[in-house]
Amino acid sequence: MSKDKILAAIRKNKPTEVPLPEPPSFPGRESSPVEAFASMVEAGGGKAVRAAGPEELNTTIKRLFPKAEKVASPLPEVRPTIELDHLSSPAELETIDVAVIRGQLGVAENGAIWTTEEDCGHRVLPFITQHLVIVLNPGKIVDNMHQAYEHIQIDATGFGLFIAGPSKTADIEQSLVIGAQGARSMTVILKE
Amino acid sequence: MKEHAQKAAEFIRNESRADWHDEALWFVRAKRDKASHSIPEWEQLRELASRIKDNVLAGLDGYLEQFEANALRNGVHVHWAADAEDHNRIVYGILQKHGVERIVKSKSMLTEECRLNEYLIENGIEVVDTDLGERIIQLKEEPPSHIVMPAIHLKKEEVGELFHQKLHTEKGATGPQYLAEAARQHLRQKFLSAQAAITGVNFAIAETGGVVVCTNEGNADMGVHLAPVQIHCMGIEKILPKAEHLGVFTRLLARSATGQPITIYTSHYHRPREGGEMHIVIVDNGRTTQLGRADFRNSLKCIRCGACMNTCPIYRRSGGHSYGYTIPGPIGSILTPGIDLKKYSGLPFASTLCGSCSDVCPVKINIHEQLYRWRQIIAEQGHLPPAKRQSMKWAARVLARPVWYNLAGKMARWALKWLPRPLLYNRFNEWGKDRELPEPPKQSFKEWYPRKQA
Ligand code: SF4
Repeated sequence: MSKDKILAAIRKNKPTEVPLPEPPSFPGRESSPVEAFASMVEAGGGKAVRAAGPEELNTTIKRLFPKAEKVASPLPEVRPTIELDHLSSPAELETIDVAVIRGQLGVAENGAIWTTEEDCGHRVLPFITQHLVIVLNPGKIVDNMHQAYEHIQIDATGFGLFIAGPSKTADIEQSLVIGAQGARSMTVILKE
Repeated sequence: MKEHAQKAAEFIRNESRADWHDEALWFVRAKRDKASHSIPEWEQLRELASRIKDNVLAGLDGYLEQFEANALRNGVHVHWAADAEDHNRIVYGILQKHGVERIVKSKSMLTEECRLNEYLIENGIEVVDTDLGERIIQLKEEPPSHIVMPAIHLKKEEVGELFHQKLHTEKGATGPQYLAEAARQHLRQKFLSAQAAITGVNFAIAETGGVVVCTNEGNADMGVHLAPVQIHCMGIEKILPKAEHLGVFTRLLARSATGQPITIYTSHYHRPREGGEMHIVIVDNGRTTQLGRADFRNSLKCIRCGACMNTCPIYRRSGGHSYGYTIPGPIGSILTPGIDLKKYSGLPFASTLCGSCSDVCPVKINIHEQLYRWRQIIAEQGHLPPAKRQSMKWAARVLARPVWYNLAGKMARWALKWLPRPLLYNRFNEWGKDRELPEPPKQSFKEWYPRKQA
């Protein structure tokens, strides 16, 4: 059995035990984490806007994507143009123009947003959509990744992730191209 | 196999191209500096990361068992592979069971190391690499030249010509935006029709039994969430004890790799989606042997950020392919002698020992010290190339005899002053290649010092 072989080799070869360090909690330095978060989102190629209530949320989406035919969302406050339940095959999901999902937590130091499969409807939705909109409560922004991992439970669902902007690549001569395999744009709508 | 020095010489023959390569990597190194300097606790984070990895390596057996137990509880299939063949067989077995004919892959240095693609293709499976850089070199039928930027050695004109031939883009089109869009359309079709997706693993969390994969393109997730079967291949050293340690490592990884504050996607996979199947393959392939080498076990802390390559004056001017191994650069040069000392005996010498690699390494691997240590072992075991062995012998003799030493110094000063150029700059004098020899001093330090005292 490979497992026993590997474990036996580790036991034979491993160094003597050393204690596991406790990462200290590094305090944030930003006087306004929300501002810092928004500027990191922009630096990562995303966009951050504010919306006061559900009405403004919907008009904002309409304003940002006036030509979008297929807007899909698992969020009850969003008025979709197409029901997610009606899109089951990958090929159908591929035709979505805009997907609106919920973000649970934002991180000021890098503009990353934690979201899970429960916020997305479909696991693939934030990637396969042409444009991604994430609705985030500005009260849920922490300073850095240490605090972020304190707040979330990574195995609460089967799949969760941090998203920090639109899909990008620099694989051709280090030239930045936005819109590699995933969403071509990412907009965060900050809404209480 | 050709020696690194030989292949490096070929690389720098095209001077403008070598300069371009050098600058492209230095640009990334500069971005890394900027990103790391923006974090006041950067050095503290490096120290923490290094010490967390110390703890992991010392308790690896227990952590792996904990990881497996939790993954099984999550409904994940866990496999153990002692070596590359084992790994390839296991992956193929999973694919066979599901009648898979087409797979998509995201970047994984481990599967490159195991030569999984070749194995699967031989067995009749269509394998599509989906990271843009990896797709480029796959279409070009070349190995990656860098672990983070696999196609860093190619110019956009070359990519344009390649895409024209393979993806039918317009002849002569070289715009990165246009070419990347063509790849996007091509890859989306592949994602939609793939029956299984394979990814590498950046971190595996013992406490939760899940794996974390970091990408900028979103290609790992496009594959994993569309295909019915997801397979994650990881080396045994990828373990982190707890979720909170991800806070330390996600802050270090992307800043060190490309100067970004974090990768665009940091995906945490714990359970298969409804109706899907999730597999994790845990691979040794020589890692436990490296763990037993006290001087070199630190190399297992590597998180594959590529920073040591971007900063290395040798790597930048010799290109990844000159190393002849999946993982090039300084880290490759300390991993390879442990795999095959004779075959890779040249690599620890592909360094100026300037120590820049150790300075930038986010997990504080003492890379340049290990390079030096490998050199000693290579010399002890008689694997030095003949020219180096002879000159070392002579140097030892001269250095052991003060009279010879004084004489040699005089002769050298005389020769530098009086000999005609062709006698000094020729193929027998390695030090005269592509560089000027120093101006000879009038006297040696030994002659100068007593006079000064007098
Ligand atoms: S050795 Fe250090 S710097 Fe080099 S790739 Fe590994 S982690 Fe990065």
